[in-house]
Amino acid sequence: MSELIWLIPLIPFIGFVINGLTWNRAPKAMTALVGCGVVLASFVLSLLLYLDIAAAHAADAASSFHVHLFDWFSVGKLQVALSFLVDPLSAVMLLIITGVGFLIHLYSCSYMAHDAGFGKFFAYLNLFIFFMTILVLGSNYLVMFIGWEGVGLCSYLLIGFWFKKSAYASAAKKAFVMNRIGDLGFLIALFLILETFGSLEYGAVFSQAAQLPEGASALVAITLLLFVAATGKSAQIPLFTWLPDAMAGPTPVSALIHAATMVTAGIYMVVRSNILFALSPVTMDVMAFIGAATALIAAFIALTQNDIKKVLAYSTVSQLGYMFLGLGVGAFTGAFFHVLTHAFFKALLFLGAGSVIHAMHHEQDMRLMGGLRKAMPLTFLTMFIGTIAISGIPPFAGFFSKDEILAHAFQQQPVLWGIGFVTALFTAFYMFRLLYLTFFGTFRGTDDQWKHVHESPWQMTVPLIVLAVLSMVGGFINIPEALGGHHGLESFLAPVLEGSKAHVASLTLSHTVEYGLMGISTLGAIVMAVVAYNRYVKKGDIPGAEGQQHGFLYKLSHHKLYVDEFYDAVVVRPLKGLSLFLYKYIDQLGIDGFVNGVGDFFAGTGKGIRQLQSGHVGFYIIMMVISIIAILIYGMVSI
Amino acid sequence: MENIVSNIQGIPLNHYIIFCSLIFAIGVTGVLIRRNVIIIMMSIELMLNAVNLLLAAFSAYRGDASGQVFVFFIMALAAAEVAVGLAIIIMVYRNTKSVDIESLSKLRW
Repeated sequence: MSELIWLIPLIPFIGFVINGLTWNRAPKAMTALVGCGVVLASFVLSLLLYLDIAAAHAADAASSFHVHLFDWFSVGKLQVALSFLVDPLSAVMLLIITGVGFLIHLYSCSYMAHDAGFGKFFAYLNLFIFFMTILVLGSNYLVMFIGWEGVGLCSYLLIGFWFKKSAYASAAKKAFVMNRIGDLGFLIALFLILETFGSLEYGAVFSQAAQLPEGASALVAITLLLFVAATGKSAQIPLFTWLPDAMAGPTPVSALIHAATMVTAGIYMVVRSNILFALSPVTMDVMAFIGAATALIAAFIALTQNDIKKVLAYSTVSQLGYMFLGLGVGAFTGAFFHVLTHAFFKALLFLGAGSVIHAMHHEQDMRLMGGLRKAMPLTFLTMFIGTIAISGIPPFAGFFSKDEILAHAFQQQPVLWGIGFVTALFTAFYMFRLLYLTFFGTFRGTDDQWKHVHESPWQMTVPLIVLAVLSMVGGFINIPEALGGHHGLESFLAPVLEGSKAHVASLTLSHTVEYGLMGISTLGAIVMAVVAYNRYVKKGDIPGAEGQQHGFLYKLSHHKLYVDEFYDAVVVRPLKGLSLFLYKYIDQLGIDGFVNGVGDFFAGTGKGIRQLQSGHVGFYIIMMVISIIAILIYGMVSI
Repeated sequence: MENIVSNIQGIPLNHYIIFCSLIFAIGVTGVLIRRNVIIIMMSIELMLNAVNLLLAAFSAYRGDASGQVFVFFIMALAAAEVAVGLAIIIMVYRNTKSVDIESLSKLRW
């Protein structure tokens, strides 16, 4: 299988080339076939690869191998190869990317069926799968960086897919610029890694890093910069505001890129470099607190949003914060486990929201929905499962991953656990709020809309069902010992995390404490579901129109803590002012003035001198004689 | 041959130089002040021949033949120049019915 590994990224790339060259002219059936087919092929290959690795793992053989494709370049001491690393971590990531990716491609066939940019859409999606597989397969930081930049580009292209609406185009720009800030951190980290270790290959870097003392300043600098990169890509404070705006893209894009795969690239990168992070406790603390703060703030904002996709977007930011909290407290497996389960239930929720939006003819305001349960039973059922999973109610997927992170946080720093717990309560509340507002009560849209509400076609419901099943059973791959499991994922990932094992605390809580934690968070989630039920279904307290009077906290949450306004005032407007100053005075007056001045000078001189070219031959001759005499005199004097 | 050289050397070199300078000055003045193109051509010839004479004189005084070789070159050159110059003047005359130097003032910016 290892010799065919290069096909995994290549096949989607071929799909991109075909769909990109035919653009929107090919028949839609062909575009859909190519677009889905290539991802399915990649998925099959990834599955075979995973089975290989799993078999090797079961047989206690080496479960990682390195595939060298070709030397890319070598300058001085720096040698960079295009090579892939296949180990349990990248194998699982590949399964998520191509598996969830395929379901979302299938979903898009129907969701985008009436869009004029059908071919363009699939070309971009295929390109995204290509870059994302490159990102997780690369065996050195530079190859990862190629993928890292590539997925950023695809995210930009797909957020701005309907670029004719200027708000969407500027959302795309915002996402791109914010990602660039993070990417700069990645780039500087690359240089520092090269400076410190003389190589970018994971193997060389990690083995040398293991020799360094804990808290070495180079390591702290590198990991902090890598974390900056992760805050950009994975939407953490302070760079999180692009993700909610990214909902301007088509819903399948939000599901694939902005929930399941691309935004988890930051977590993948940290887990991949776990040894570097484990050796710099400062970064771990920063990561844990930023993650916890992001989780809490985003969940708080999500409580009062009325746009169905905005709720899910903030929920994604919040769950990503959870993952970073997990990474920060050393629960690398827990965080990665949450990436996995989150990919299932968040993709499910987004696709379910897409199904609703599709039925509502692109209405996203939950205040105008309601009562859709009867018209769209399948969508309702699957979204219900997704909601339970994300709220952390056992035995669904979210429960296991969330509780593993919370247990680690509790052991490390109870304050972090407290923040995580409050976030979990918020999560349960806003998710059930979404569910009740959308599917319960009476329909609040127009009669005309109600007539058109329908269950989605099979291309959309099949992915929903598959993801719902995965959200139900996905947690069972890593059942904690307290519940009679044996941490399947943890032992599978153990080879990847071997280096950092000695530096992070393993879970030593007694089973009683673990039961207690699980009990509290489950109870909290159920209470929150009931509270939301009372408020939104029993009392029918539907959020009113904009501008209604509200309490301070409600306003704060509804206006997203005024973070966008704050950034606008502190960063955007001063920058704009500075740019305007530079444009008007430095560029127009200074640089343009100088360049035009040179031109004007020669033009003016020419204008003056050409008066001599009068056409009078006599004058020419006189000038000639005078010149010759002058030359003669000069010659005589200089002798 | 000896005869010619001694004849030339019979006149002091200073006289040649003064004479040639005069002819050359006449030529220059003619070029500068006359407006008839043909006269200007003739004045140019005058300047060339002043130089030729001077070269021949120096050559005789120094006993070096290369000066006279130069003279031949200049004469050939002058002949060619006159041929071309006269042809231009004829064309100018056909077009403008004039050989005034001011009629050639078309060549300007």
